[in-house]
Amino acid sequence: MIDLTRNSNNSFLSKRYAVEKRFKLYGALALVLTTVFLAFLLLDIINKGLPAFTEHRVTLEVMVDPAKIDAVNPQAGDFDGLLKDTLRAQFPDMGSRTDKKKLNSVLSQGAADDLRDQVVADPSLIGQKIVVNALLSDESDLYFKGLAPAKDPAFLDQVKDKFGITKSFAWRFFENGDSREPELAGLRGAIVGSLLTVIVALGLGLPLGVGAAIYLEQFAPKNRWTDLIEVNINNLAAVPSIIFGLLGLAMFLNVFGFPRSAPVVGGLVLALLVLPTIIIASRAALRAVPPSIKEAALGVGASPQQAVFHHVLPLALPGILTGAILGLARAFGETAPLLMIGMIAFIADIPKGFTDAATVLPVQVYLWSDLPELAFQSKTAAAIMVLIAVLFAANGVAIYLRRRFERRW
Amino acid sequence: MLIWCLAIILAATLGTYALGVARANRLREAGGTFNSLPSYHGMLGGSVALLSGITVSFALLIIPSIPGWLAPLAAAAASALAALYSLRRIRPEFRARRAFEKIVLGVLLSSSIVAILTTIGIFASVAFESFAFFKAVNPLEFLFGSKWAPTGSPPSFGFVPLLVGTILITTIAIAIATPLGLLAAIYMAEYASANLRQVLKPLLEMLAGIPTVVLGFFAALTMAPLIRNSGESIGLIVSSESALAAGLVMGMMIVPLISSLSDDIINAVPQSLRDGSYAMGATHSETIKRVVLPAALPGIVSAIMLAISRAIGETMIVVMAAGLAANLSFNPLAAVSTITVQIATLLVGDQEFDSPKTLSAFALGIVLFFFTLALNYMALRIVKKYRQAYD
Repeated sequence: MIDLTRNSNNSFLSKRYAVEKRFKLYGALALVLTTVFLAFLLLDIINKGLPAFTEHRVTLEVMVDPAKIDAVNPQAGDFDGLLKDTLRAQFPDMGSRTDKKKLNSVLSQGAADDLRDQVVADPSLIGQKIVVNALLSDESDLYFKGLAPAKDPAFLDQVKDKFGITKSFAWRFFENGDSREPELAGLRGAIVGSLLTVIVALGLGLPLGVGAAIYLEQFAPKNRWTDLIEVNINNLAAVPSIIFGLLGLAMFLNVFGFPRSAPVVGGLVLALLVLPTIIIASRAALRAVPPSIKEAALGVGASPQQAVFHHVLPLALPGILTGAILGLARAFGETAPLLMIGMIAFIADIPKGFTDAATVLPVQVYLWSDLPELAFQSKTAAAIMVLIAVLFAANGVAIYLRRRFERRW
Repeated sequence: MLIWCLAIILAATLGTYALGVARANRLREAGGTFNSLPSYHGMLGGSVALLSGITVSFALLIIPSIPGWLAPLAAAAASALAALYSLRRIRPEFRARRAFEKIVLGVLLSSSIVAILTTIGIFASVAFESFAFFKAVNPLEFLFGSKWAPTGSPPSFGFVPLLVGTILITTIAIAIATPLGLLAAIYMAEYASANLRQVLKPLLEMLAGIPTVVLGFFAALTMAPLIRNSGESIGLIVSSESALAAGLVMGMMIVPLISSLSDDIINAVPQSLRDGSYAMGATHSETIKRVVLPAALPGIVSAIMLAISRAIGETMIVVMAAGLAANLSFNPLAAVSTITVQIATLLVGDQEFDSPKTLSAFALGIVLFFFTLALNYMALRIVKKYRQAYD
């Protein structure tokens, strides 16, 4: 063996090896940096968002006073006053205006609504003394979570000592629609809106995209027109999403007169947006099926369409499905074009149909991120957690499908 | 009404299919050799009913002056007529498969034409409204004016500050994404073991799959304060909506795009080129720098162009993290506005389609559309022109 490192070029060689090492390090560093960014992003969001999944309640023993709550018409009763009186009874010396304000700001407006629902559902409670876990307002909730200083922490501590504060999972985050009150705002409306929108988007985009892919890959003659369609699809894939919003606004809303803020219009725009993604993925899947399979079918007398639909398409289906899921994920996370068609309005109701005004999850994130209340910041991060969880699940399914059904011919 | 239409059409389609199959079977048992299988007679009838129902109901639903209840009725009538017509056509010598396959081909062709219609639709909608805008505002003033204040009085529509802001943020993003993405791609393609790739690839896909609204939230609430505080601690004046924060996060968003495109391109460089270089005594990194990268250069350049077009068109990050006021500034620590920010803010909320303020968004849209189109076209051309044919 000749030892190359022992010759006169020793220093030159070690320099080259040092460069080699450094270059490899740069590559690793780039990946580490990207990973650190991703981890930092996710941890930051989880850190901000986790508090929004819990809520604090104060335990009050409320006398459901028949004088205040009419047994005939409990709906109209003054439940707000009932709760506040219970609270005030423990603080007899707080009489001034500012003190009253302080007392009133402890509870959420939703606390009275909760109690009203409870009593309306069970009118026999009227006249009894019941234990109510009343929801705190966003400010007092933030104080007990330790996220923000209260205006008067001593007072809130007194409330805690006198009544007791419990912490529980905030189911209303998934059950309520949007609200101006941070502690009451929930994602239900946005989730339903997202579902409706994505159903329309995939219902239109998937058949159109797969159809176009089958045509271009299997039946299209090679000529200028198909070249044009192909170039056009590649270009469409690179058009910024906000431009699709302009299309939706000018065409669907202004020319066709479709309703504003409706999931059907959002779905339509997103269908056009994900169309290139689905076409490109489906074409790749169709191309991966070896031509011998089609030729064998043609050889035993199948028509070209029978060969494609009976033999090629089933084999390409996992790949097409993966493309469809990626398209779905894209549609699910898209925000900008939906702002243009008015899905950004404040909507407290849960949408019931495709033409009701609605908003979607990413737009809800945008809406909440703009609000000044501190509590909305953690709500925003929590909404992002839900959004990302859905997207990661979709991507996970896509990766699983690819691994499970990937075939090498 | 839409639901009713769809239900009626679906029922008609399935019904016609079943009736067609039954009728063809009955005729076949009665004698005679059929050209097509019974199921093709059924599918032909079903598809005719489906298409006529959809056409009629769609046409009626889209015209606003027609009462909504008419559409389901008309759809039912149309599909019933179509069903009757195709059921009567069932005869032994009728080439139902041929006819059905023609319909299928027509449907496939029209779905691929939707992509072209979309492009035409985009172009028409932005061009039409921008035309109205340029009737009110001088195109030269738009292109060369240095003040953008659409809500001011008098409003001014000089597009230069937005262009500068867009270029500034895009430059920051590309300056971060190109080295990171390229180095990551080189490491993954050349150095990483198969196992490591299995971990790294999904990780990058994860980053690519994060919605931009999430990145915008992160840029506005975490990155911007971070940059501001660290800048102020060394005595710099940093705006809370600095271009740096938006550009930085946007750059990280683009890293997966550049790395996955470059990864494919580097993998496409044939092994024989590398082997030749190793045989001459080159180290791994020398081979990469002097052989692999030059061979992959056109592809990498086109990847960067696609990344630029992505950065220019990105909306949510800049809407949330960059400024609204269009300052003419190249300072990355100052607040600037971009084309997409202005489109989004001008079109959210009240829209009056007779004021130049609203219409200016469409003029910006047409500029953006052509920018990205040109970049994408150039990227494709570069790949085509410099593609090496390795046998």
